Amino acid sequence: MIHFVLLISRQGKVRLTKWYSPYSQKERSKVIRELSGMILTRGPKLCNFVEWRGFKVVYKRYASLYFCMCIDQEDNELEVLEIIHHFVEILDRYFGSVCELDLIFNFHKAYYILDEILIAGELQESSKKTVARLVAAQDSLVEAVKEETYSMSHILAQATK
Amino acid sequence: MNPFSSGTRLRDMIRAIRACKTAAEERAVVRKECASIRAAVSDNDNDYRHRNLAKLMFIHMLGYPTHFGQMECLKLIAAPGFPEKRIGYLGLMLLLDERQEVLMLVTNSLKQDLNHSNQYIVGLALCALGNISSAEMARDLAPEVERLLQFRDPNVRKKAALCSIRIIKKVPDLAENFVNPVASLLKEKHHGVLLTAIQLCADLCIVSEEALEYFRKKSTEGIVKVLKDAVNSPYAPEYDISGISDPFLQIRLLRMLRILGHGDADASDFMNDVLAQVATKTESNKNAGNAILYECVETIMSIEDSGGLRVLAINILGRFLSNRDNNIRYVALNMLMKAISIDGQAVQRHRATILECVKDSDASIRKRALELVYLLVNENNVKPLTKELIDYLVVSDQDFKEDLTAKICSIVEKLSPEKIWYIDQMLKVLCEAGNYVKDEVWHALIVVITNANNLHGYTVRSLYRAIQTSGDQVAVVRVAVWCIGEYGDLLVNNIGMLDIEEPITVRESDAIDVIEVAMKQHTSDLTTRAMCLMALLKLSSRFPSSSQRIKEVVTQSKGSLVLELQQRSIEFDSIIAKHQNLRSALVERMPVLDEATYGGRRGGGVSSSAMGKGMNNSIPNGVVKVVDAPLVDLLDLGVDEPSAPPPNNSTPANNFLHDLLGVDISSSSSPSQSGTMHNVQKSGTDVLLDLLSTGSPSAFTPAQKSSSASDLLSLTQINTTTNTNNKGSVLGGLDSLTLSSVHASSPTTARASPSPSPMNMMDLLDGFGPANTPPPPKDNGPAYPPIVAFESASLRLTFNFSKQPATPHVTDIEASFANKSSHLFTDFIFQAAVPKFLQLHLEPASSNTLPGNTSGSVTQKLRVTNNQHGKKSVVMRIRISYKMNNKDMLEEGQISNFPRGL
Repeated sequence: MIHFVLLISRQGKVRLTKWYSPYSQKERSKVIRELSGMILTRGPKLCNFVEWRGFKVVYKRYASLYFCMCIDQEDNELEVLEIIHHFVEILDRYFGSVCELDLIFNFHKAYYILDEILIAGELQESSKKTVARLVAAQDSLVEAVKEETYSMSHILAQATK
Repeated sequence: MNPFSSGTRLRDMIRAIRACKTAAEERAVVRKECASIRAAVSDNDNDYRHRNLAKLMFIHMLGYPTHFGQMECLKLIAAPGFPEKRIGYLGLMLLLDERQEVLMLVTNSLKQDLNHSNQYIVGLALCALGNISSAEMARDLAPEVERLLQFRDPNVRKKAALCSIRIIKKVPDLAENFVNPVASLLKEKHHGVLLTAIQLCADLCIVSEEALEYFRKKSTEGIVKVLKDAVNSPYAPEYDISGISDPFLQIRLLRMLRILGHGDADASDFMNDVLAQVATKTESNKNAGNAILYECVETIMSIEDSGGLRVLAINILGRFLSNRDNNIRYVALNMLMKAISIDGQAVQRHRATILECVKDSDASIRKRALELVYLLVNENNVKPLTKELIDYLVVSDQDFKEDLTAKICSIVEKLSPEKIWYIDQMLKVLCEAGNYVKDEVWHALIVVITNANNLHGYTVRSLYRAIQTSGDQVAVVRVAVWCIGEYGDLLVNNIGMLDIEEPITVRESDAIDVIEVAMKQHTSDLTTRAMCLMALLKLSSRFPSSSQRIKEVVTQSKGSLVLELQQRSIEFDSIIAKHQNLRSALVERMPVLDEATYGGRRGGGVSSSAMGKGMNNSIPNGVVKVVDAPLVDLLDLGVDEPSAPPPNNSTPANNFLHDLLGVDISSSSSPSQSGTMHNVQKSGTDVLLDLLSTGSPSAFTPAQKSSSASDLLSLTQINTTTNTNNKGSVLGGLDSLTLSSVHASSPTTARASPSPSPMNMMDLLDGFGPANTPPPPKDNGPAYPPIVAFESASLRLTFNFSKQPATPHVTDIEASFANKSSHLFTDFIFQAAVPKFLQLHLEPASSNTLPGNTSGSVTQKLRVTNNQHGKKSVVMRIRISYKMNNKDMLEEGQISNFPRGL
């Protein structure tokens, strides 16, 4: 299973963290520090796996961001690379050629998408289209409520004028 | 309006934070935001709650504390609307984990949401439960989740399946409830559902044997068919990844087959075809295809044997190994580790490639490859492989050297065909990376060196050369110093030249120079310097003509600020100056260190503190090194053939000392000799007193604090300092060897000298007490009959037992050996080992020669402390070695006929 997902920028800033195994706050920041030290310093031609505390961390760099997933020793590293790519492609479709700034300002959207891909550290959906459809459906649900409240407050404002 | 009450928009806050130039600025912005959010929390502000939580999540990601937002999550989850719930659940998953008690409060909301009419709200609740559920929540909500496995919308079913995985991992008892619902999910067409259902199946099989049996019977066929369809499916754009249809699904199917086929020949047989199909048809030019192949190989390796498939799998690994992509090579190495137990020969064929991987620029690959090489080494290839590894050691990265040296040393130690090769290889390793090896490594080397009788000269000359070229490597220096001290005479006189050696001329002064340089090098630590002093002391006896020079060097440390060095310097100086006659015997060549004992210690994983103890101390794993015989050699200056059993058993210590120091005394001691003996004791005492600075205040070292306190304090001080400083256990071996001679004789010393109180002395020296105490009165405590512990054609060993009533768990045993053959036994050594719950203390034997025809006997005292007295009875393994007609004899046995209740 995937124990956690990390998105770290080249400068070592955390852009997204998702923990599927229990880590206390203290441990989390220690893990992030350790791994960014290990991963950011690795050269571009090297393999995408690092062994760490008896786990393996599979990482891949997309532009300025490192996508990292921590898995068990016996898991399939190559498949996890595909899962990372799967996630990135869905982000890309959703934001329209995604960049780091998208993920900073819409970090919650990135989480929503991840929640449609992984649950309990396991892959949930192999179809990008389905994920995109589900996220869009929930977004529109939110928009609908917003509009409703907007028009309600508009009507109220009109009425009290 | 208060600018804090409504706060800024999320976007503006992120901008403000990003605009900060320093960490302090950022902290200020965050502090301000947190203050406004706290204010909103305490006002119970509804309008901006979800915006505030979003901000908090961002702040949380930056690493600031956000616990005050936890309750806000719960409030949002409890709100009726979807937008609030969505952000509430996100906050819950981000800010909390299963160990926080607040989480229990959310159980009720989750239960309601799992039953909600809106499928998206149900999805949110399932997601949250799947990601952070605790065991309690899993128990409470399992029925809801189980029901949702049959929900009308497939997207909820798949979430429920993954959520079930979390539940059964937290509470394995619940597994059986999920078996039936999952079986029906396996028939679905929807990939998401299939994917998650298979994953759930796999996890069910892991936690429950029954589930495994069930699925093996009912679903093997179905899963094989699904895989077949997936492999042969036409192009489906929705699931296509670089030309392969849904690799994620295929991988999970393969993994499931692995679980079903493992240990079941029928199921394995059933999946053979489809595995062959996957292995041959999958394209391997893209990562997705390789991921499938990798999974397929692992499945083939794990299921029951099918020769043809294995060949296919090994071939795939061979292709992987020669791939240019590092990732592929990495997984190939990984898989070869597993394959080695199945088909070692096939893996051996790739040895050259694997060896290349050890030299890769990528640390992950290097590490994998090194582990694999370690598994590949055997008797046949150890030489070339070691050569390759050592060659690589020269050019390897600094941070890789530690791993590499550890592995090389382990290989060399495990598989060395002959001692000279072992010594050569170890010297090479030490010269290259002597600063990276662990202490055990050079300790082991010294043990081997002492055992290689005919190589002492060769070794010391090689080390002399090595220290000239690699004097900066700590381990080289230590081993070289030890060997030069030990075998300095062989070095100077070119004794024991081998044909392969080049002649070398070393003068005495050169050897001393080397040690002096090592001692003065600023990089040398305490252990090295102490070893240097010890080596010099030894050399003073090996090179009598240079002893003045050595004395000068030794005295230079008299002013050392380190107590240990100062003390050694003063003591050694005094030995060199005053005790010519004693010196040569004192620093005689070390007895051969017992490899088995040493190996046992290492094998037993003894902690470093235990390693620090002297070699003759009993060690936790029960093996006891007996140094009595060499000890007698060491100090026994002129006794010809000592001793028939002392007629008067109550004074064995006297006899012993008698042996130790009895310069002119002929073989046996009898009561009539007691007068002369007393004299001898006196003079012996004096020598010892000087040597140990016991009792004679003039010899007190300045650093010793004890002024009034006595001889015995200083005695114990030596004892403790030596013990604490025995970092190098081999060095320690020597130390404790001399130390034990001190110990053994000290009770008598104490007795002869008027001042100290023998009682204290006994306490301090513990194990040596009984030698002095009169035998316990017979009526105290139970008496045990003597037993014949061991009997062979040539030897009989009897044990007499006695106990002190105050300490029932301690048994004193007097072992007496009788020689049934007609020949004289010489170099007689008795060794004993006990299991962990016992502690064994062996005192020196009364003699190391045993006359034939049971005409005499050797006695030896043992003290056994039974830590589980009353529960377990004493057992012991023994080994007796001796020389008969100059032939080495060895007898071994186990003694289990001890009387009960010892």
